Amino acid sequence: MWIVNGRLIDPANKIDGDYDLRIENGRVAAVAPRGEGPREGERIDAAGKWIVPGLVDMHTHLREPGFEYKESIGTGTRAAASGGFTSVACMANTNPVNDSPAITEFILGKARKEGVVNVFPIGAVTKGLAGESLAEMGEMKVAGIVGVSDDGNTIMNAAVARRAFEYAGMFGLVVISHCEDRNLSEEGVMHEGFVSTRLGLPGVPAAAEEIMVSRDLHLAELTGARLHIAHLSTAGSVRLLREARDRGIDVTAEVSPHHLTLTDEAVSTYDTNAKMTPPLRPERDVQAVRDALVDGTIDAIATDHAPHSPVEKEVEFNAAPNGIIGLETALPLVLRLVHEGRLPLDTALRRLTAGPARILRIDKGHLSVGSDADVTIIDPDFELEVDPTRFYSKSRNTPFAGWKLRGRAVCTIVGGRTVFDLARGGIL
Amino acid sequence: MTTLAKKDLLGIEQLTREEIELILVTAQSLREIQTREIKKVPTLRGKTVVNLFFEASTRTRMSFEIAAKRLSADTINFSPSASSISKAETLIDTARNIGAMLPDVIVVRHSQAGAPEMLSRMVSAAVINAGDGAHEHPSQALLDLLTVKEKKGRFEGLKVAIVGDIAASRVARSDIYAFTKMGAEVRVAGPPTMLPPGIERLGVKAYTNIRDAIADADVIMMLRIQMERHSRVLFPTIREYSQFFCLTPEILRLAREDVIIMHPGPINRGVEISSEIADGPYSVILEQVTNGLAVRMAILYLLASGSGR
Repeated sequence: MWIVNGRLIDPANKIDGDYDLRIENGRVAAVAPRGEGPREGERIDAAGKWIVPGLVDMHTHLREPGFEYKESIGTGTRAAASGGFTSVACMANTNPVNDSPAITEFILGKARKEGVVNVFPIGAVTKGLAGESLAEMGEMKVAGIVGVSDDGNTIMNAAVARRAFEYAGMFGLVVISHCEDRNLSEEGVMHEGFVSTRLGLPGVPAAAEEIMVSRDLHLAELTGARLHIAHLSTAGSVRLLREARDRGIDVTAEVSPHHLTLTDEAVSTYDTNAKMTPPLRPERDVQAVRDALVDGTIDAIATDHAPHSPVEKEVEFNAAPNGIIGLETALPLVLRLVHEGRLPLDTALRRLTAGPARILRIDKGHLSVGSDADVTIIDPDFELEVDPTRFYSKSRNTPFAGWKLRGRAVCTIVGGRTVFDLARGGIL
Repeated sequence: MTTLAKKDLLGIEQLTREEIELILVTAQSLREIQTREIKKVPTLRGKTVVNLFFEASTRTRMSFEIAAKRLSADTINFSPSASSISKAETLIDTARNIGAMLPDVIVVRHSQAGAPEMLSRMVSAAVINAGDGAHEHPSQALLDLLTVKEKKGRFEGLKVAIVGDIAASRVARSDIYAFTKMGAEVRVAGPPTMLPPGIERLGVKAYTNIRDAIADADVIMMLRIQMERHSRVLFPTIREYSQFFCLTPEILRLAREDVIIMHPGPINRGVEISSEIADGPYSVILEQVTNGLAVRMAILYLLASGSGR
């Protein structure tokens, strides 16, 4: 099969131009100058569109096992495909927690049967995400995990965190840290600042994130572990990260599309779809993470796709669970920054493909000849209005409903198989 | 302006100065009813007012109930027990059920900020916020304004000091909006642990010394110290708090000679305010309570007549 007439952009291989792509036996067989592909037969015409490596989301909550009413591996991977993602790394806070090889195997088995994109499980750092004793990282690695994280259950005990960093290093596993000093957060439900004061909602100061970023950087230096900071959100965290990198500490970071797009003003109507952790920050922090994304301090864009049912979100702001879904809005939101001239296209795509793949050490996110044919075709001019009722995700918790955006994935190919094609009605 | 073009009263933040003046003028005209032998007019006959109090309240609920009854509205009091089912279910299910009974006005108090706004989106009735978390308590601020208007005859240029747990206080927020909109100069004071970030962006000056805040003040508003917040490391002891923030005759001398002392109640005697002052000649605390009735009658009248819907 050929994909012809498109603009092929493959940041990992520094390719951006008019190339046709040949796929054979589920692999990239050739990247050839435009016109070498066939004029008819088995081909996809990508005229006016971009042919890019399948997007990689390194921070997704698929909710299965345990919370299938929010999302399942089946629905979550369909949402991913519809959003242009061909690989997702799913967090361990399922029920049971993914803290043993049996759960890892269950997730991978389900993904093979019901998933439509590649699923890479993230294992727990500590048993039951309790922050007390280590999970069986080695056995989970053998079963297929690509990293470890306790995500929102930040390990508050620095001694446990230190041992976890050391131990994960033995297996080359990246430790993905949600940095939040949960004592300092207290009962905070949004960013602490003028907006929280105005709304009378308890706030979480930026320092709650920065203190933990600082601690984890020190622990990474102490242990030599590979540290990855999840959904970094403040100017102070960016500063700490830059300083640590300058000193050669092995650390990477991601940012979510919503932290690149919204400020804490989005909470003003007490919309529980603007409630997440880390919370939405003021303009200066948003600007800082955008700058860090452009200059490479931040390596990856990750959705933190966090499905919750309407029953859970239609409550008082304080009572609502944290998180929003992101797989089906991430690419259009990132392209918005590109269209506005705030983010170079090549950088945007790199942070959605090769960036996260390199952190997880998975052979994805590029279109080298011989690699898995995970390909996304993007129509950069597609006009859309975000309509959550049409999402493939089981959940609807997005603050972007009604937003008019430009650009989306129109075709998603996983291992040479087209799993999503907008022209043919969506998921195939 | 003779009508309030609003469906709900969720906070002072959304009101214009003209709307505030309308409510105050209406309250003044309605107050005369309270001096009659038969304290009742048929204005809201056939209207239904539901007092939906998710958080314990005696005086505010009673004030709204009496206000509604004096206007001949039918009143129903409903105080769902927070312990019987989860709070989340209570609000959404209760709101839909009560909304389906087609009341004209729902007066709601809730421990969480934003709950009245959420309720207002789910029902067609007028929603009056009777206090939501640390957010707003608009009827309290309006009765405070009415009290000051009567005592001082003006707002422009008055120095108003609000002292206490500003961070946790919905009264403080509503009063800040109310008095600044009417042209007064507002100062807030409390220990730094009780001053929320960015408070000065609301147009006030913040102090950590009560003396600075009440110097030359025309109006002093003392806030109730919630003893249960003490466990959150906001101050060492009640005793020490009162050493530094209790309004006593000695420091009151710093204020203007014709200062008035207000308090949204219930007061902790000897904690934020000394008994001598609470019961003394400068205190207008009980007049606030009486004015509360007139203001709530005005709010009910202006919203239940439905011009904003």
